[in-house]
Amino acid sequence: MNAIVLSPSDLAIAASLIAFDALLSVLLKLNLHRQVLWAAARMVVQLIAIGYLLRLVFALHNPAATVAVVAVMAMVAAREIAVRPERRFKGADGLILSSSGVAIATFATVALALLTALRPHPWYEARYAISLAGIVLGSVLNSGSLALDNLLTSVTRERPSIEAQLGLGASFHDATRTLVRQAIRRGIMPTVNQMSAAGVITLPGIMTGQILAGLDPLEAVKYQILLMFLLAGASGLSAAIIAYLALGRLTDDRQRLRLDRLR
Amino acid sequence: MQAGTPTETPAPMSDPIDPAPPGLWVRHLQSALAGPFDFTVPAGGCAVISGPSGSGKSLFLRMIADLDPNEGEVRLNGTGRQSMGGPAWRQMVPYVPAEAGWWLDDVAGHFAPDKRDEARTLAADFGLVEGQFDAPVARLSTGERQRLAVIRALVLGAPALLLDEPTSALDEEAARLVEAALKARLQNGCVIVMVSHDAGQAARLQAEHYLMVERKLQRTPLTEART
Repeated sequence: MNAIVLSPSDLAIAASLIAFDALLSVLLKLNLHRQVLWAAARMVVQLIAIGYLLRLVFALHNPAATVAVVAVMAMVAAREIAVRPERRFKGADGLILSSSGVAIATFATVALALLTALRPHPWYEARYAISLAGIVLGSVLNSGSLALDNLLTSVTRERPSIEAQLGLGASFHDATRTLVRQAIRRGIMPTVNQMSAAGVITLPGIMTGQILAGLDPLEAVKYQILLMFLLAGASGLSAAIIAYLALGRLTDDRQRLRLDRLR
Repeated sequence: MQAGTPTETPAPMSDPIDPAPPGLWVRHLQSALAGPFDFTVPAGGCAVISGPSGSGKSLFLRMIADLDPNEGEVRLNGTGRQSMGGPAWRQMVPYVPAEAGWWLDDVAGHFAPDKRDEARTLAADFGLVEGQFDAPVARLSTGERQRLAVIRALVLGAPALLLDEPTSALDEEAARLVEAALKARLQNGCVIVMVSHDAGQAARLQAEHYLMVERKLQRTPLTEART
């Protein structure tokens, strides 16, 4: 397989499209040109930085460096999940539960793929572990964030009906059952949509990238299928773990509804 | 005095810790927001609490039901709430808020299948039109919802009821129908603690009347019904 190597001038030509967007913004008074240019610049700097970092870590062949990179990525994802919802936990509760969900969902799915399907030597080889973790974390972030936001919003909104049930002696679990279900569904739904659309409406990015890099389409497809399964598993785990941990923090040993733990 | 108590046992001093009287017994009940409250209602007794809004009446009922964090001792007919879980306690002392929530679209779904016949009968007793019981909740008036929320608690057959303004949205006729059902429960030994602004209601239910002022409870002489 021979990938077509891109030169900086190739990228410069493509960058003219960004200039076109900015021009469009000025002409149509979209007031978006600053943001477009800033986002594009940021994207280029971030990606070049990660490219150098990955090259460095791959060369190190040091498990500790691999773990450190994945841990930083996971921490950023966990923080995003904790701070995104409109209603949030006071203190460190949100971060603790989102970190647990991210760590378990990511480790479980990535380790499964490394130990059974890809089997690189050693199994924690940075090239594979970091790449897989990076893709999986995107799904984990999305589904965890959607599930948490949905749960906290709906529990806040449905306080009267939850407390009406609690007041009549229902368990907290029964009184919130439908809300948790909805939250987890909400978290998993984008992955389901992504799988349904794959290949028909969209050509998934990973697959396209590998085909562009010269891989046989069927080989690329197999990789994409493996990844889709990983993403589906990871988003299910992430949504369910984070939703149930959050639910646990919304009640106490007397099965009250503790909205005072939110701000 | 309990049966079977040996005669040589010295007569208990007026022990504030373990009187185990029948009825609702509340001591040192407090939270960051209200209290402390000491409060007793005998079995078959009714207490009506009035007071300005924001004075802590609902907080008080919620603390008895253990719906808000609080401390203190609450017993019903000698059984302490700490001896059981929150839901089991609230099955004994169900709490009906002033604007009770609904968690399903249809009214009937809010009742356990084996309680629906009893609930239908009570709905008829409360003057609800036949068919409202099977209607969507959204189609009911405030007064209809209020009566059905009380019925949700009544069908539990609990030994105590905590009712937050159960008749505030009802006309006089409907309020009397609800009061009649509550009186029947009182005669069976049920304890009722109720928030109400209707001074006549306390008299009609032969209730002890309390006033909540700035999150403290005061006992008032039974006021005569307004004329």
